Amino acid sequence: MKKRVFLDKKAIDRTLTRITHEILEKNEGCDNLCLIGIRTRGVYLAKRIQEKIKKIEKKELPVGILDITMYRDDLSKIKLPVVKKTDISFDINNKIVILIDDVMHTGRTTRAAIDALMDLGRPQKIQLAVLVDRGNRELPIHPDYAGIFYTIDKGEEILVKLKEVDGKDEVIIVGTQ
Amino acid sequence: MKILIKKGRVIDPKNNTDDILDIYINGAVIEKIGKNIKEKGDEDAIINASGHIVAPGFIDIHTHLREPGYEYKETIKTGTLAAAKGGFTSVVCMANTDPVNDNKSVTEFILKKARMEGSCRVFPCGAITKGLKGEELSEIGEMFDAGIVAISDDGKTVKHSGLLRKALEYSKIFNIPVISHCEDTDLSQGFVNEGMASLLSGLDAVPSIAEELIVQRDIMIAEYVKAYIHLTHISTAGSVEIVALTKKRYSNISCDTCPHYFTLTEEATLNFDTNTKVNPPLRSEKDVEVIKEGLKNGTIDIISTDHAPHDLTSKDVEFNLASSGISGLETALGLSLKLVHDGVLSLSELIKKFTVNPARLLKLPYGELGEGKTADLIVFNPDMEWIVDKNLFLSKGKNTPFHGWRLKGKNLLTIVDGRIVYREGTI
Amino acid sequence: MNWTKKDLLEIKKLTKEEILLILETAESFKEISLREIKKVPTLRGKTIITLFYEPSTRTRTSFEIAAKRLSADTINISANTSSYVKGETLKDTGKNLESMKPDVIVIRHSMPGAPHMLARTLKSSIINAGDGAHEHPTQALLDLFTIKEKKGRIDGLKVAIIGDIIHSRVARSNIFALKQFNTEVVCCGPATMIPPHMEKLGVKVEYDINKAVIDADVIMMLRIQKERGGVSYIPSIREYACLYGLKKTHLEKAKKDVIVMHPGPMNRGIEISDEVADGEYSVILDQVENGVAVRMAILYLLTGREQ
Repeated sequence: MKKRVFLDKKAIDRTLTRITHEILEKNEGCDNLCLIGIRTRGVYLAKRIQEKIKKIEKKELPVGILDITMYRDDLSKIKLPVVKKTDISFDINNKIVILIDDVMHTGRTTRAAIDALMDLGRPQKIQLAVLVDRGNRELPIHPDYAGIFYTIDKGEEILVKLKEVDGKDEVIIVGTQ
Repeated sequence: MKILIKKGRVIDPKNNTDDILDIYINGAVIEKIGKNIKEKGDEDAIINASGHIVAPGFIDIHTHLREPGYEYKETIKTGTLAAAKGGFTSVVCMANTDPVNDNKSVTEFILKKARMEGSCRVFPCGAITKGLKGEELSEIGEMFDAGIVAISDDGKTVKHSGLLRKALEYSKIFNIPVISHCEDTDLSQGFVNEGMASLLSGLDAVPSIAEELIVQRDIMIAEYVKAYIHLTHISTAGSVEIVALTKKRYSNISCDTCPHYFTLTEEATLNFDTNTKVNPPLRSEKDVEVIKEGLKNGTIDIISTDHAPHDLTSKDVEFNLASSGISGLETALGLSLKLVHDGVLSLSELIKKFTVNPARLLKLPYGELGEGKTADLIVFNPDMEWIVDKNLFLSKGKNTPFHGWRLKGKNLLTIVDGRIVYREGTI
Repeated sequence: MNWTKKDLLEIKKLTKEEILLILETAESFKEISLREIKKVPTLRGKTIITLFYEPSTRTRTSFEIAAKRLSADTINISANTSSYVKGETLKDTGKNLESMKPDVIVIRHSMPGAPHMLARTLKSSIINAGDGAHEHPTQALLDLFTIKEKKGRIDGLKVAIIGDIIHSRVARSNIFALKQFNTEVVCCGPATMIPPHMEKLGVKVEYDINKAVIDADVIMMLRIQKERGGVSYIPSIREYACLYGLKKTHLEKAKKDVIVMHPGPMNRGIEISDEVADGEYSVILDQVENGVAVRMAILYLLTGREQ
C-alpha cells in the first residue's frame, strides 16, 4: 500500500488560516457567526478556526458539535454507526452557521448535516467549509470554502489526520497506484 | 414362523444369562437357546445378531396411547408402532383417555383395538376413580376381569386420602398395584421446578415437596393397609430418599423414573421450549444425581417412558398453555444406555429395569428369555450412534426435547409373540 | 462494539458491553426530546407494531413516542381488539402481523416466554415489553440509565428493591442488570413475596424494610402485582402498607443523596407515601422521561443491526 503525504502539519495550518480569512472576508467580520463542526474531525477543525478568528477579531465564536448519524440516508445499508451526542448549546436561529467538515465527497454528509441543523432552528445562512474537497459529488451541494481540491483515482483514498484524534496532523493519500 | 437369531450376546437378567448364543423361535415360543444352533433350512428369517445384544422385549409400565378420544395425538396403532421401534414388546397405557378407562367397556375397546392394530402387547391401566375425578372408586373388579393390570389416576393425584386408602385396600382383592402420580396440587400450581428455573424464568413454580409429600402420604397409607404401592415418574432427590428408607422395612413398594429425569435438568426449560414441559417438571442437577444414584442402588426399580405424545398445536403455544409431556418411546433406550456408557449401571442392570422388574410388578409372564417361553425379544446395538430426528418418529407425537441429539445405542429388531414387528434395514 | 442481536428479550442474556452501548446510545437520543422539533428521520420507513396483551399506559406510550420521534410508523394492537379474543394463537397472530412486514414487534404478555416464542418464529425484531413475572428489559435499562444519570455511576452503589419481588419482572430484570455491575442489591419484602433461592442471584434478602434501606443509594419500590395473585401472599393491603410502605422516616436511614424509584403505576399510600413519591428524592418522573430515550436507542440498535 502506497502512502503519500499530501499536506503536512504546516500546510494544514496555512490552509486553515486561509479559510479563516475567507470566512471573515465573505461575512465582513464575525458578527452573528457561529461554528458547527461535524463529528469527528470537523469538530477539531472548527475549534482551530475558532482560535484563529479569536486572534484576528479578538472575539470568541461559539462552537457546536453536530452528529449526523440520525440523519444518514444509508442506515440500512451500512454497519450500524454509533450515535454520538449532538452538542449545540446556543441558539442557531437567525445565525450564520459555518458548517465545518474534514473531507467533502458525495455531499450526502452535508445534506444530512443541513437537515439536522434545520431541525434545530432556522439559521439565516448556512455556509460550508471543508479542508479537502475530493470531488465525485452525488448531490448538488458545494463548499463555500475549500482548503484543497483533489480528485482521487480508483483504488485511492484520502485521509485527514488530526493531532487531537490521530496524534498527528497530516493529509495523506493511500492507494495501490 | 420360524426365526433363527445367530451369534448375539444374549443378556437375560432373570436367568442370569450373558453369553454369545443362538435362539431358535418356532411360532410364538422360544424353542431353543444354545451355542451354534444348526440351520434347519425351513427358517423364515435368519438374523445375524453378531455384535448386537439380544434381550427380552422391554416392558413400559407408563405410556399414553391417547385412544380413545385423542386420536389426533396418538392411536393404539401408532403408539405401539413407536413402542416396537423403541424396543418395547409390552406397554401399559394410562387411563386418561376420553372417555376415561374407568369401566370395562373402555378396557375392552382398548384391548380389542390392540389385538387388531397393535404392534406390541397393550395392557390397560384402569382409573382409580370414576372420570379421574377423585370422588368415587371406579369399577375396578369389572375392569380387572376385562384385562387391566394396574390402577392409576395418572396425571392426577387422588387428593382425598380416605379414598386413596379405599383404593389401596380394594386393590388387594385383585392383587394389582396402585400406581401413584405424586403431586400435591395445592403446592404445585406451576410449570417448572421451584429453584433456578422458576427464579430465572418467572414461571410459576412446582416445589419438590409437592411430589415428596404425596410420596410420603401414599407410602404411609399403603403401609397402614398393607397394600402394594408403586410410585411412578419420581423426579426428586427427596422422593428417592423416602423410598429408600421405606424399602428397608416395607417390601410392597416400588417406583420408576423416566429418561428425562436422569438426562435433563431444569436448565433445559430456560429457553421456554415447551418440549421441556413435563409433569413433574425437570429438576435440579442435585435431583438428577440422586435419581441416578437411586437407579444404581436399586431404590428405583423401573425405567418407564411416560410417553406422552401431543399434537403440534398443544405444544406450539405459550409455555403456560402448553400441554405437559414428552414423546418418549423412541428415545428411551438410547437415553438410558447413557447410564451404561457412563458406568452408572451395567447392561444387565439396565435391562432388568426394563424387563424383569416391570414384569414382576404387573405379574406378566414376559420379560425373560427361556426355552418354552413366549418369544418377546429385541436385538439392539448399545454402541451404534444415531441422531434423533422427530420427523422420523413413528409416534404421532413429535414433542421431544431431544430432537437433534446424538444418542449411542439403538434398537434394531423387535419380535412380539414370535412375529417380527420392527426391523431396521441394517440387520 | 456493534449490536448484533435480532431481539431484546431479556437482560439475562445481555453482556455488560451491550448494556453500556444501549445506555450510551440513549444519551445521544435524550436531547431530541428537549428540542422544539422533536423528530429525527432516522427510522423513516420502518414499521413498528406494539402488541399488548396486558394493559399498559406508560410503556406503550413510551415506545410509541420513541418510534415516532425517530420517524417510524407505529401501529398499536391490544388484546381486546385483536384476534386473541377470537381464539387465534399467539404464533398465528405473529405470523399474520409479519406478513404485513413490520420491522419491530413490541410485545407485552402475561405469560413468561411469549416474546421468545415470537422471536423464534418471526424474522422481525422482537422487543419484550414485559412477559409475566419474567423480565421487563427496557424498564431495567431505563432504570439503569436514570441511576447513572443521577449518580454518575452504577458501580459501587447499594440498591434496595422493595415489594412484591416474586411476581415482579422489573425486579428480575433489574437484578440481572445491576449484577453486571459491582453493586450491592438488597431485596426486601414479605417472606411470601421473596422467591426461594433468591440468594443464588447474588442478592441479599431482608424482611425488614428499616434494615434494607440503611445506606442505600437507590431505593426501588414495587407495587403488589394484583393481576398475578399478589394479594393472596399477604394478610391485607393495610398490613402491607404498614410494614412495607416507604415513608419519609425510612429515607433518613439511607444515604443523604438517595434516589427513590418506582416503575409505575404507583399505589400511593400502599407501597409509597405521597410525601416520598412527590418529594425531593423521587426520580420517578425522570424514569418516565428517560424511558423514551432508552427505547429510541433500542429501536435504533435493533433496526440497524448488522444482518
